[in-house]
Order: sequence, then C-alpha cells, then structure tokens
Amino acid sequence: MLNTLLPILLFAALGLAVLGALRRVSLWRNGRAAKVDLLGGLLAMPKRYMVDLHHVVARDKYIANTHVATAGGAVASIILAILVHGFGLHNRVLGYALLLMSAVMFVGAIFMYLRRRHPPSRLSKGPWMRLPKSLLAFSGSFFIVTLPVAGVLPANFGGWLLAIILGIGVLWGVCELFLGMTWGGPMKHAFAGALHLAWHRRPERFGGGRSTGLKPLDLTDRTAPLGVEKPKDFTWNQLLGFDACVQCGKCEAACPAFAAGQPLNPKKLIQDMVVGLAGGTDAHFAGSPYPSLDGQGKPVGEHGGNPHQPIVNGLVDADTLWSCTTCRACVEECPMMIEHVDAIVDMRRHLTLEKGATPNKGAEVLENLIATDNPGGFAPGGRMNWAADLNLDIMSHKKTVDVLFWVGDGAFDMRNQRTLRAFVKVLKAAKVDFAVLGLEERDSGDVARRLGDEATFQMLARRNIQTLAQYDFKRIVTCDPHSFHVLKNEYGAFEGRYVVQHHSTYLAELIVNGALNLGQHKGASVTYHDPCYLGRYNGEYQAPRDVLRALGIEVKEMERSGFRSRCCGGGGGAPITDIPGRQRIPDMRMDDIRETGAELVAVGCPQCTAMLEGVVEPRPMIKDIAELVADALLEDTAPAKPAAARREPAEAH
Amino acid sequence: MGQNAMRPELGVSVDKGALHVISLVSVGAHPTSGRPRRAEQDARAVELGLHLAGDNLHVLHAGDAEEPALRGYLGMGVDELHVLAQPPGADALPGLADYIRESGVQLVLTGSQAETGEGSGMLPYLLAEKLGWPLVVGLAEVESMSNGSVQVLQALPRGQRRRLKVRLPFLATVDNAAPKPRQSAYGPAQRGLLDVEEIEVVIDDVFIGAALTPAKPRPKRLKVIKAKSGADRMKAATAKASGGGGQVLKGVTPEEGAAAILKLLVEEGVVR
Repeated sequence: MLNTLLPILLFAALGLAVLGALRRVSLWRNGRAAKVDLLGGLLAMPKRYMVDLHHVVARDKYIANTHVATAGGAVASIILAILVHGFGLHNRVLGYALLLMSAVMFVGAIFMYLRRRHPPSRLSKGPWMRLPKSLLAFSGSFFIVTLPVAGVLPANFGGWLLAIILGIGVLWGVCELFLGMTWGGPMKHAFAGALHLAWHRRPERFGGGRSTGLKPLDLTDRTAPLGVEKPKDFTWNQLLGFDACVQCGKCEAACPAFAAGQPLNPKKLIQDMVVGLAGGTDAHFAGSPYPSLDGQGKPVGEHGGNPHQPIVNGLVDADTLWSCTTCRACVEECPMMIEHVDAIVDMRRHLTLEKGATPNKGAEVLENLIATDNPGGFAPGGRMNWAADLNLDIMSHKKTVDVLFWVGDGAFDMRNQRTLRAFVKVLKAAKVDFAVLGLEERDSGDVARRLGDEATFQMLARRNIQTLAQYDFKRIVTCDPHSFHVLKNEYGAFEGRYVVQHHSTYLAELIVNGALNLGQHKGASVTYHDPCYLGRYNGEYQAPRDVLRALGIEVKEMERSGFRSRCCGGGGGAPITDIPGRQRIPDMRMDDIRETGAELVAVGCPQCTAMLEGVVEPRPMIKDIAELVADALLEDTAPAKPAAARREPAEAH
Repeated sequence: MGQNAMRPELGVSVDKGALHVISLVSVGAHPTSGRPRRAEQDARAVELGLHLAGDNLHVLHAGDAEEPALRGYLGMGVDELHVLAQPPGADALPGLADYIRESGVQLVLTGSQAETGEGSGMLPYLLAEKLGWPLVVGLAEVESMSNGSVQVLQALPRGQRRRLKVRLPFLATVDNAAPKPRQSAYGPAQRGLLDVEEIEVVIDDVFIGAALTPAKPRPKRLKVIKAKSGADRMKAATAKASGGGGQVLKGVTPEEGAAAILKLLVEEGVVR
C-alpha cells in the first residue's frame, strides 16, 4: 500500500512546495530592482554555503556538526527518497544510500532535539520547537520505509498498523520539509537562505572579503524613494535576505542595545520585516520581544503590516530603529549573513529625509553639520585651535606630503585634543613628513549618514573629496575609526579613493620600521577595547595589540574582544538620538573591562573614549593608544635638543 | 502675573484652515559660521503658522529666490514658498505691504528680527503701521478664536505670559518663546515649489548709503550679588526688574540733568 501512497504523497507535496515557492518569489518581487548577477550567484552559491557560511556557523562547533549531519542528510535523503519512493527505483544501492543518509539525518536531528530541551532565551520557540521532531519523523519514517528496498526486511513486513504509522510519519516529515520550506515554516530558511546566498546584496563578503560601507542613495533620481518607507521600498534581494533568518538569536545575544534594555532586538526586527513582506501581524513571533523600560518587553501581536503600508508606527516603532549603534555585531554573528544595519539605515533615511523625524538632538546635529561642518556647531574657524602651538604644516601650503593627518571632529573636543597632540608628538618624534588640512577639513559625514541624512553625507563627502583632490599624499592617517571607515570604504562611491590607515596601524608600522625610540609602559595593567568601526568594519584587530606589545604591555583580553567586541554605545548617532534603556551601554562595557582586573583600558577611538570616560568613577583609566605610545617615547639624547638641555638644570635640584 | 497657571483649561479651539495666515520668512545666518540657513525665529513663525493653518499656511519671502537656504522652510512640509523677487538692498516693506493687503489675510506672523541684512527688527512695526493693523510682540501661543478676535498668550521676560484678546486682522512677531520649529527634511525641501513674483523694486537709499560695521557688544550692567542663601539668589534671579534704585531729579536745569545722566553713564561704564 505504501508503494502507491508514497509517490502520491511525495509528488503532491512537491507540487504544493513549488506553488509556495512561486508565491514566495512573487512576494520578494514586490521589492525594488537590484543589480544582481543572477546566474553567477547561483553558480557561486554552493561554495558560499559550504565555505563562507560554514565559517560563521563553525564558531559554534556543536551546532555546526549537528547542522552538517542534519542538513546534509536531509538534502541527500530528499533526493534519494524522490528517486526511490517517488519514481519507484527500487535499487539496492540507492536503498542503502537512503538508509545511510536518513540515519545521518536522524542522528543530527537527535542532537538538534537535545539542544532544544533547555533552549537559551535567544532561540525562538513556537514552530522551531517542533522542527527537530519533524526531522526525526521524516528521517525515521523513511529509514524504516526503505529497509525493504535495501533488502534488509521483507516487503509488507509489519502489516497495516506499521504502514499507517509510517504513512503518518512520512506525511508529517514531508509537510514540514517540503511545504514548510516555501509556505513559511521553519524550513523556509533553507529555501530562502540558499537563494539569499546566491543573490546577496554584498557578494564581496564571500571568499574572505569584507563589505561594510553603506550603499549610496541616488539623490539625482527624483523618482527613487529616499530610503525605505514601506516593505516594498527595500530591494527584492533585501526582502529575500529577511526570509533567510533562522531565528537563532545570535544577533540578539550580541546586540548591545538589546542588552541595555533599549527597544531593539535585531532578530525581532528581521522577523517584523518578514511580516511586512508577507502581510499579517507579529502575533506568531515566538522569541524575545523588544525590551521595554518596565522589563516586561513590548507586547507581541499589536503590530502588523503589509508590503504597501508604512513600516514605522505600524510594524515597528521608530524608537527601535534609533536604538541601533550600527556596531555590526548582529551582522558579524549572523550565520545567514543577513544585513541588519543596511535595513535599519534604509528605514532611518526615510524618517530623516522625508519625515524630518530624527529624534532628540538629531535635527540640531544635522543642522550644525550643514552650517558649520561639525556636529557641535562650533565656529569652523576654531578647527585648528587645538594645535595653535604645534606649528603643524598645512596642506594648502605644502601641497605634497607623505602622510595626510586627518584630524576629525575630535579637534573640537578637549579630551580628544590630548589624543591628537599625543599623536602629533609621536609623528614628530618619528620625523614623519606629515601635514593637516587645517580649516579645509570637514566632518567626514559619518554621523549624518548613520542618522539617515544621506544628502548631508554626500555634500560633506563631495566637498572633502574636492579638497583632497588638490593635494598629493601617499596616505591618510587618522585617529578616528569612523572617519577612517568613511574615507576608506564610503568615499569610493564618489570617486574618492585613498590609502587610509588608522593611527594604530600606522604606529605599528613605524615601530616595526624602527622609527620610534620607545621605552616600556610603566605601571598599570592594561586591557584593550576594539572599536567597532576599526574591528568589525575594517578587520583591524592585530595592529593595536602589536603596538601595545611593543610597549611591553601584556593585554588582559576581555571575554568580548576582537570580532566579538561589545560596542561602547557611541556609534550610529546613538548618543544623539539617545533612546532610553534600563542601563547604559558604556556601563555594561565598563563592567566587561572591570572583569579583566585591568587598571587601564587602551582605546583607539574618540567616541569610545568619550563614552567610557562618561562612566562614573571609580573605574579603570582610559587612554588612547597614541597617548600610551607618546608616554613611552624616549627623548633623544641631550645635545640633540637645546630646549631639553635648558630644562635639565631646573629639574635637578 | 500668575496667569500662566490658567493656561491648560482653555485648550486648543483653533480650527485648522479656518484662519488665513501668512508667515514672513527671511534668510538667516548660522551664529558661529555665518552661513545662510533658515532663520531661527522665522522658522518658529512657520511652525506656529502650521499649527494654526495647517496646509493652508502661506509662506512669503521678499528677496532672492535663488537662495538655497529658503528651501529649509519648504522642508518643514510647506508645499509652496511665495517669493517677491528683489535684489539685495531693496526695501522689502512696500512690496510686502501691498501683497498682504491684497491677499485678504487675517494674521501675519514674522520673526522679531532678521539674522542678516539690516536686522533692525523694525519691519514688523513699520509693516503694521503701513497696514494700520495691531501688532502683538512676542506671540507665544494662540489659544482660541471667536467672532473675529483671537485670544493669544504674549511672552514677557522671565517666562511670564500675558493673555491678550486681539481683533483680526493683526500682525504678530514670534521670538524664542514660540514653539520650536520642526526639523527641515531634505525630500520635501527639494520637491517644494518656489512661486516667484516680480514686483516693483524700491531701493532703500538709507540702507544702501550706510556703511555696515560689526556691532560692538553692549556693555554689561555690573551685577553685584548680595544674596547670602540659595533662596535669595533664586529670588534675585526670578524677581521682576524693579525700580527703586534710581534717583528722581525734579526742578533741575537741562544742563544739570544732562550732567547727572552723563555721570551715571560713566559710572556704569556705558560711556568711557
């Protein structure tokens, strides 16, 4: 009986799955056009899946091995089952192969099930709790059904009862795997995930590459929407990407805003986008809700939408979008390589450019950037006051130079001026041929862009590029990872291509070349805080550590360091939009720092410095790498500098 | 005054669109960089106008329609900005007065003082005089409207408010007591329309003939704090500026009076 039932079941389910797939594809096609290499992407997909995606998943060995067994077993079992039971190819070899593959899948599913016995809070429950059981039903049923094919057991063994049980098992498994794949069950991640990998919006990320710069808006195209208002304003492959989510919650566990109790959960956000693209409400979401100030979490089921309805204040509250620090921890952790930050900035663009709804100090900062080229609204003429006594060379006089020192808006901040002066001291000690743009420099546009003001970003970028085009330099060096990222990765779209280095990278180079006469760091034990825009955005984890080692510092690493570093809370304009949470992100980061027992934390970013120094004392000291290096500089021997010689008698009592 | 406590119970009984409002705007200058922008107080006049008239608000500028900073007002959600085209140095007053008289408008809102040009703050007064309309200085809020007259709150120094009943039409200036202007958004600013009207240019000879020099900061009156406790300081900071410290000169010759005034000015450091 099963021999007639199985092909019907399999092909009916397959047919329905194809219908579901067509429906899903039509949902994605509500999105806007995107430049994608359709065929090349599909061809590259298996490698992207086996290598790049596996590389992310393999950070958790347990789940990586389990997934290899389950997914590998499932794919092979499905193909073999269609051949053996669908087309009736009752071949012994195929039978044994199907037995083996369904067994592998079964074992994988058992480990899946074990992990789900006490699931961590980051994992979604609901249908996801059913999935391991469905996989067990599928693999178990096909294993037994295939035993006669392989000749292990006689046909028709077990009688009617077993046939009915097996029939139900197959039905359950086939429904979950075939129908669930395209009609929105947990297995949707396999279908959408594979296509998402093929048609990813940042194909540069595969093969060990990196792509972190935000994509520009075409402001000359008056018909293009300014950012994303409705789900259909996303590009179609962004919608596809949302559908790939497996709700593993790695993003939730890494998100600093979520941990601080601000109303953002990256996983919920992506699921809300899925609700938006398919239509409906978030009532079925079975994970952690957006945090709320009372600690209960925002209730689920009150928000909903569809592709043609505005997202904000229907599907998602604006607070959620403005809580993001753009630290990219979610993107870094996501095993499906979903681009959360792009989506958030896209939606912010609409709020800022169309609605004029940048919260709190946002409007003021943007107005300042337009009118004064710095977020603080300081008189542009004061940009070089920090270096009044340093006799710095100015590019407009020198024209040609080795190193262009990009100062950044930290020039207006008294704390950061100490860092800048320390770095200048080091550059001078190393006799570097360098100059600054002086009053010609403008804000890089980082904050404007993260706040969604693409117009102001492009204005600042264009003017900076125009300025830089007048001069001849080998590289740009900056103490600000945000300027570093923007100059290096985001000016390229506007024909501004430069060699850009963070000061830690440049210092490491100077040290290796023996250009600095360094002593040893004295006293306090040290930990190092990786800035998001240096680490995750640009992959520079090693140089700052090399510099610290050269100073004789043994870095006491935090648990969250390197690519898992936690944001200081200062990125993405978060201090400007200032969405309230139950605690502050820098306080949490300071707790990470305190755990190491270090008395000093080395930083490499003016934002991190400001955020961490904002934590109430007693707390470890905060020093920029440039300051640590400047402190350890050994002065040249006495005759070299008459000034130093004159000072000596005064000190020797 | 004690009237500000009574504010809430009146509520907003202003029917959006029932009132025909014009907000006058000028090109501002950022205080630290001096770059053109939407003027702070004029933006407040637009904000108040949007509260009162919604989409029916009429925004009017006399000057150069090519100035990009004007788009800052469009970015507040105004569909159209009316410009009376004028070269720099032209007198805005006659053109504005004619336009307003012909428009049948009931309420004209404007900032107290321009951030660029002459910036004398005289325009609202001269305009009201020319139109023969009452002028409310420092309008903070429009509370209600009935039978052709409007109940408004006027801002006075130190956070005080005075409730006034004014008959329409009238002209009002807003200062920093009026609601903060909304953010200007790029999209609407770019899409907004400029309706440019050529008018007869009246050259302001007095202005053209004068040489502008940067203003010297006005000397500050020395403030001797005698308060001993926090409560005293609070009182000193919040109390109304009161007379009593002065001196009344009666029955003196003009020369004696002038000498006494000069002596005081020298003492206060106004004349050096």
